[in-house]
Amino acid sequence: MPRAPRRFELAGRYRRQPRLLIPGRPKNPIASVRPYEHITVIQASRGWRALDLRELWRFRELTYFLAWRDVKVRYKQTALGAAWAVLQPLLAMLIFSIFFGRLAKLPSDGIPYPLFAFVGVLPWTFFANAATTSGQSLVSNTNLVSKVYFPRLVVPMAAVFAALVDLAIGFVLLLGLLMFFRAPAGPQLGMLPLFVVLAVATALGVGIWLSALDVQYRDVRYAIPFLIQIWLFATPVVYPSSLVPEPYRAILGLNPMAGVVEGFRWALLGNPHPPFGLLLVSALVVLLLLSSGILYFRRMERIFADVI
Amino acid sequence: MEPAIRAHGLAKRYRLGGQRERYRSLRESLMAVPKTLLRRRAGPPIHWALRDVNFEVQPGEVVGIIGRNGAGKSTLLKILSRITEPTLGRAEIRGRAGSLLEVGTGFHPELTGRENIYLNGAILGMKKAEIQRQFDAIVSFAEVEPFLDTPVKRYSSGMSVRLAFAVAAHLDTEILVVDEVLAVGDTAFQKKCMGRMREVGRAGRTVLFVSHNMGAVAELCQRGIVLEKGRVVSDCGVGEALETYAQLIQGAGEGATAAFPDNPDLPCAILEVTVGNARGEKMTTFDLADEIVVSMKYVIRQKMHDLSFDVQLSRNMTDLFHSYDTDAEEDIAPKEPGVYVARHRLPSRFLKAGSYTVTVGSGTPHVCYQVFSDLLPFEILELSEATQLRGYRRDRAGHIISPGVWETERLSDVLEEVQVGV
Repeated sequence: MPRAPRRFELAGRYRRQPRLLIPGRPKNPIASVRPYEHITVIQASRGWRALDLRELWRFRELTYFLAWRDVKVRYKQTALGAAWAVLQPLLAMLIFSIFFGRLAKLPSDGIPYPLFAFVGVLPWTFFANAATTSGQSLVSNTNLVSKVYFPRLVVPMAAVFAALVDLAIGFVLLLGLLMFFRAPAGPQLGMLPLFVVLAVATALGVGIWLSALDVQYRDVRYAIPFLIQIWLFATPVVYPSSLVPEPYRAILGLNPMAGVVEGFRWALLGNPHPPFGLLLVSALVVLLLLSSGILYFRRMERIFADVI
Repeated sequence: MEPAIRAHGLAKRYRLGGQRERYRSLRESLMAVPKTLLRRRAGPPIHWALRDVNFEVQPGEVVGIIGRNGAGKSTLLKILSRITEPTLGRAEIRGRAGSLLEVGTGFHPELTGRENIYLNGAILGMKKAEIQRQFDAIVSFAEVEPFLDTPVKRYSSGMSVRLAFAVAAHLDTEILVVDEVLAVGDTAFQKKCMGRMREVGRAGRTVLFVSHNMGAVAELCQRGIVLEKGRVVSDCGVGEALETYAQLIQGAGEGATAAFPDNPDLPCAILEVTVGNARGEKMTTFDLADEIVVSMKYVIRQKMHDLSFDVQLSRNMTDLFHSYDTDAEEDIAPKEPGVYVARHRLPSRFLKAGSYTVTVGSGTPHVCYQVFSDLLPFEILELSEATQLRGYRRDRAGHIISPGVWETERLSDVLEEVQVGV
């Protein structure tokens, strides 16, 4: 008899049961070899569902293959190939340097404007691409969602990881620029991976929310480019956060990408004052964004195949 | 022995055209809130795709799931594949299960054959090591060895479908859930596919198999579950299951008669047209092996010269033949007044499986009295014969099964100077 489900019931559990070997009982030739069986239980789930990390880990290869597919397909039959990963932030930096740096004469904390802009543009480009592709990822993979079983979180995750490849390629150019401008390398450089993790977490949080919404409300995908554009101005990419007067700077931290960009600048360029207040707020916001996104996604996951 | 698959009270409900099961814009969602506050809404219409489905499948059984269109077969497979959740009930699966609901899921045209094998294998649930191990077997099964490193968009449709099936055929789970994914490609490859499916069944894997091809079901499965309107109607040996299914589709006798009001102004009028089998039973579904009889009842009010009635058959908007009841006569004999019934009997194994319509008419060489087009849609199904490997399979070109006979003669062992005109 099926028992009443617990509040955080996992639909489709992976349960291990030791198999009793009773002497004399004939063994089924197929099932006898395993010491324990997989038992999958399929039933209607209700309410909130917890994140099943074990299952996500089991499907890690699929995540890798989907990300690999996105990257490969992007650069097949292109003339410039992987150079696009570098061109996008480079061109952005050039345009920003001309219009915001030279003509508008925005301050840049004492750092040469092109370098200042690029260090901000690099993680921003990653976030913009990652959020856009992962926001649309579920609907772009309709055939997978409606025909194959896998934890659906794999799809937006794979999209974010695919964008990570572009970020890695962009780092090569960053290295070149740092050497060109003879930027001092301090011990803060070791904190850089932390900010990359923050950027990935932000992209994941936004992507998971948007992809779950996109499946149900198709106008979300048209809102994404607009959202990203506005977000760019709310992030201190073309201007330094020191432009914002002191009490409001913490509010800027409500935008997690502000924390990422300022963190990048501090780690790579050695800004005089580490932006701790901003960072703290950003980290908290990201935590909230990611966990709420995962909860919402898992709750809506059960109807994806029906609605997509 | 614990069953490999156990379904207990499975049910699936869809809400038609409204609320959650349809995507809608954010604006509509927001507008719905004040609407529900202002007045109570009647719920949207509900459709139960599955109702109280119970069955058990023991390890090593090959079970076929059959039913009419809309009976719930694909929904059941989707639930067992965990793609959608049941509304009620519970299912347990013991062992690793692989689902083949579609061949070539995830194939990307820009990637090469080799890359697509890895991608498709990963999507089906195979680990990278497993794919590497089976790689050569997959490639040789698909016979695409020289084209492994060209993008799939350059493949012919036959090749890509063979590659897709080859990957699916090497899915090595204890339980397989398969939806109509059967023999694809040309005849030689189809034989391979059927052979592979047979092997899978014989190797002791548990297979749940949905197909419309009764011949394939009869060949591969030992047990059959018949679904109708979401419920299990029969769960027994495959022969019985096929009979139950045949009864279900032949049950619908309505639509086998077309009646027309009499027109007293005309010297002759067609009153009724029916389609049925050789025993006189009216039906709308036939088997390849059935004789199909089209009968017409008509009235003639005065002595008519050169009058003939005709029957035309069409399939997919293509006229197959026009047959006149006077075709066999040398000179057309005059017809006396009275009420007549004329029957046109078609031989068995003449028409291919498909949907047909009948057109009837009456007239003389100079004037046409009546024409009634596209009546009595009926279907011919492949029930008694497995046409998987036959040239007259439904999806092949051509409308009829050739009544001709094949004879092959071996001329010599070796090709030598063969004289012209042999």
